Amino acid sequence: MPPDTRALRRPLLKNNSLWRLRPYLRPYVVRLVLIWLAAMVGIGASIALPLVGEQVVDGPVRDGDGGALLLLGSIALGLGVLEALLIFLRRWSQIKPVLGLETAIRDDVYAHLQRLPMSFHGDWQSGQMLSRITTDLSTIRRFTGFGMLFLVMNILQLIVVTALLLSKHWPLGLLVAASAVPIVMLSMRFEKRYIKISRQVQDEQGDLGTFVEESAIGIRTIKAFGRRRHVYESFDKAAVKVYDTSMDKVRLSARFFTFLEVIPNFTLALVLLVGALAVGQGQLTLGALFAFTTLVLQLVWPIASLGYILAMAQEAMTSADRVMEVMDMVPAITGGTGRIERPRGHLRFEGVGFRFPGADRPVLHDVWLEVRPGETVAVVGATGAGKTTLTALVPRLIDPTAGRVTIDGHDVRDLALPELRSVVATAFEEPTLFSMSVRENLTLGRQDTTEEELAGAIRTAQAMFVYDLPWGLDTRIGEQGLSLSGGQRQRLALARAVLSKPKILVLDDTLSALDVETEALVEKALREVLREATGIVVAHRASTVLLADRVALLADGAITHVGRHQDLLNEVPAYRALLAQDADLDPSEGALR
Amino acid sequence: MTTPTTTPTPSTGSWRGVASEDQDELSDKVSGLLRVRSRRLLGDLLTPHRKAIALLTAVIVVSNAAGLAIPYLVKVGIDEGIPPMLRGTGPGTLLTVVGVILAAAVTQALTRQAFLTMSGRIGQDILLELRRRVFDHFQRLSLSFHEKYTSGRVISRLTSDIEAIAELLNSGFDGLVTAVLTMFGTAALLLVLDVHLGLVALIPLPLLLLFTRWFRRQSAIVYRRTRETVALVIVHFVESMTGIRAVQAFRREPRNQEIFKELNDDYRDANVRAMKLIAIFMPGIKLIGNVTVAGVLFYGGWLAFHGEVTVGVLTAFLLYLRGFYEPMQEISQFYNTLQSASAALEKLSGVLEEEPVVPEPREPTPLPAPRGTVRFEGVRFAYVEEMPILPGLDLTIPAGQSVALVGSTGAGKTTLAKLITRFYDPTAGRVLLDGVDLRSLDEATLRAAVVMVTQENFLFSGTVMDNITFGRPDATEREVREAARAIGAHEFISVLPDGYRTEVGKRGGRISAGQRQLVAFARAFLADPAVLILDEATSSLDVPSERLVQRALRTILSDRTALIIAHRLSTVEIADRVLVMERGEIVEDGPPGDLITASGRFADLHQAWQDSLS
Repeated sequence: MPPDTRALRRPLLKNNSLWRLRPYLRPYVVRLVLIWLAAMVGIGASIALPLVGEQVVDGPVRDGDGGALLLLGSIALGLGVLEALLIFLRRWSQIKPVLGLETAIRDDVYAHLQRLPMSFHGDWQSGQMLSRITTDLSTIRRFTGFGMLFLVMNILQLIVVTALLLSKHWPLGLLVAASAVPIVMLSMRFEKRYIKISRQVQDEQGDLGTFVEESAIGIRTIKAFGRRRHVYESFDKAAVKVYDTSMDKVRLSARFFTFLEVIPNFTLALVLLVGALAVGQGQLTLGALFAFTTLVLQLVWPIASLGYILAMAQEAMTSADRVMEVMDMVPAITGGTGRIERPRGHLRFEGVGFRFPGADRPVLHDVWLEVRPGETVAVVGATGAGKTTLTALVPRLIDPTAGRVTIDGHDVRDLALPELRSVVATAFEEPTLFSMSVRENLTLGRQDTTEEELAGAIRTAQAMFVYDLPWGLDTRIGEQGLSLSGGQRQRLALARAVLSKPKILVLDDTLSALDVETEALVEKALREVLREATGIVVAHRASTVLLADRVALLADGAITHVGRHQDLLNEVPAYRALLAQDADLDPSEGALR
Repeated sequence: MTTPTTTPTPSTGSWRGVASEDQDELSDKVSGLLRVRSRRLLGDLLTPHRKAIALLTAVIVVSNAAGLAIPYLVKVGIDEGIPPMLRGTGPGTLLTVVGVILAAAVTQALTRQAFLTMSGRIGQDILLELRRRVFDHFQRLSLSFHEKYTSGRVISRLTSDIEAIAELLNSGFDGLVTAVLTMFGTAALLLVLDVHLGLVALIPLPLLLLFTRWFRRQSAIVYRRTRETVALVIVHFVESMTGIRAVQAFRREPRNQEIFKELNDDYRDANVRAMKLIAIFMPGIKLIGNVTVAGVLFYGGWLAFHGEVTVGVLTAFLLYLRGFYEPMQEISQFYNTLQSASAALEKLSGVLEEEPVVPEPREPTPLPAPRGTVRFEGVRFAYVEEMPILPGLDLTIPAGQSVALVGSTGAGKTTLAKLITRFYDPTAGRVLLDGVDLRSLDEATLRAAVVMVTQENFLFSGTVMDNITFGRPDATEREVREAARAIGAHEFISVLPDGYRTEVGKRGGRISAGQRQLVAFARAFLADPAVLILDEATSSLDVPSERLVQRALRTILSDRTALIIAHRLSTVEIADRVLVMERGEIVEDGPPGDLITASGRFADLHQAWQDSLS
């Protein structure tokens, strides 16, 4: 088993994840204190306002005291302005910490993901990672910004107001306090179901989106077979599924929102009934009843939203778990400290084996191969023989599970990664282009490339077509830019590889999409490059094999023959089966492995 | 891709590069036209729901009336219910009032729920209809449209644009209607309760409206910026994760981190602006509300102590004012949703008005048993009028003949193939299948008769079986296996983990390029067309697989018409006839054996190919 990506340091308590994010808030401690202060004082102001109203009704209105009215009016005005100011202060100071937290975590997750090895990225869909840096981080942001604050504020408000009500008229206070519990629980239950069903809608929309993507990219195939009906029916099925779940969501939220809106009205009716009866019996003044109605209404939102906020807290914890799940992955491939002073490019595979985790058969086993400085070796083998795996071992995109790979006598695992990867460059069969300018796609951000080097690499790869693009080297290509043909993409990938003048150049079937004439031109230019460098060329065509000095035949995960092309062609039937176009073999021998 | 007429100066040092994105920007005249078009689409979508919408209007009015009645009833309770009790005549009036309040609350609840459910259903119906229409329309549109429009834009029409409209239908609409009704209802009631106090309470209204308008405008800008910046973050993130192999192999991590930080910071700054705006708007509304409350308290108290209003009226006023200012927030939110939804609707209506350039015939000619005779009669084809790809082609391929088409890149080979499959129609002349013009065959007939396999060999996610049966959905499992055997794909399929039930992954990513190609062949073979076109179909196969396919091709091609386009001439040898094309014209035509021995273009090509094999 390779020491791939192990999840170490998983917290014992699941809820720990959110707490572990606290260092991100550390720079903002002063602001946080300010925010909490503003929130507390704000609550005080909003509670005081109805009490002033009570004084107005019971004082000036009843007694006809004009001076007191002016005073109380001014106090009300002052409190109103103060409350608004405090809200402003709280919201304004919140911006920096909340967004700072989100941005910093996102940067860190991205940096961490870039460090994780291919084995991790092979298992994880980019969509899964994306939802962690978007949806999950927003959930965390919302909770740390608002949820947490309101959770405490609402509880505080609930306690203070209930105490106030109890002291004024205890039966009424008790009534309000008792009704809070079921409302909170009910709204929390609603919210949980709502989150669940929203997720489901999102998932189903995602499935629909995937289907749309396929039918858009595969439009030629669909048209070629005239399968419009068929594809439409599948689409319709998925769309109806989204419809059905969305209707469930509509019904649930209709009930939920109605519930939220009905509570204040029922409370109002109750307060009026009990309060008026109390006034009738002289237990309560008219002003107090007036204050009561306002105060009770003030409580409706904190009570109802408490359930919502608790559900939000749970959601934030799950999100934090999901983020930390990524952050806790330990990069299995980390660089050593070694440097090669003057790399010569002497590459050796020493008893190398590779097995995917969980696979019963190794992809490679006991591979011995030496490529001397300046030499080029072609690797030939049937589909699935392990050629690409072999080449991925050199720049340590994967690590061998047995044996070792050395460059100039150093185990590649002892070398610093940037060092190693500047010695080795690979042109992949399926080239990756980014939504960036041609220039950036070729240099990949290295500032030390001169225009001459760039032009030379483009010439070697026969990629002169880039000069004819609308903005030349500054034209954006890749997914969000101009689309290029398969052959053009491969030539750019090749130019990218030769540009860095590597000591070891790996060509992983890089020329497969080129037409015969272009291929011949590219090969001619490549010969020059390969004279300076050590080369490994994965090939399935005789023309490409001829770039190499020697050929290694890979069969069943091991190298069975090494020798010159012509010799192997004459002596090894398996080799002839792979490369000789005109070989007349009996059918069983040519069967796909 | 469109070539821009004016070349913008690329900003130097910009890693992103320049792309022709301005094609989405439109002149005023065009956007006016678009608005008309999208309004028409909207009307079209709403028409079937006319009755439901009328009912909905009635329900929402009742619901709001019931809701608005409650503070008024509280006032009645205080003013009319308490005095009898103080006089000792019992709580009769009070109980009646409380009963009415409860009834009003129940009415409001029921109507509100009915409204939310009904409007939700209408919204979902419209969405489903829109999804169906747009998807079907995209599938109908010709290949030439798709090549110009690109798959990325097709995808965003059907996902993010539809979702923008869904957002509006789900939340925005309900919020707006309730908010507007509440505001007007409250204003009216305040004036009815007490004109003087009502006027005082409404004094800040113009200020409120101005403030909201300011916020709406600002937030439209800010909101847009947030969406733009987050889109860039996402694109960069997804690309660097899907391309992580190249990133790591070429040590791009630091540069990537730099770019990501820059984009992430831009997104943060956009969010800072958005949150600042809200930090001003929300307390602002609160301030106006609180000042009004203080004013009403002061003036109302003064009126009350002069006996001009009752305590009940004062209470009702404060209750109404509570519900008066909150809806403002809803209205301003609605505007953002509306903006993105109408932009989305414009784009969708634009797509729906595209006509397929390869239309289906009104009265199709039946072709019950196609034999596969293909004829080109004076066929001219040009993507751009001045540069014809095919200047005028006459060609007959008898039924059952295998024809290899060779020639350099750009000679018009693929165009020829696209004309036989009717991905395009000729600019002049006609293409005939068994003597019938392709334009008078319906799609099903044509596609059953003519199938093309390309280098692209697109596989859908699903099993190997799913992908092969795509060629003929009603095929039995045995037929699928036979097709795979005939093509030589059975061997590799049966050693896959789940055999024919193995999931091939997104775009067939879990199997190799060569294996994908074999599956694509099996798919075409199962479809059993009279005419089979292979466009560079064997180029990604390694030699043993290619040899295998070629052996299979001999059987497959024996009883059908075939057109084979290939760079590598190995495929050509199985053809009965070779056509050499140059600049859209056929320059050599004959059996391969004859052409190799002759001293023409084909003989040269063949020699070059032989040399490359060495």
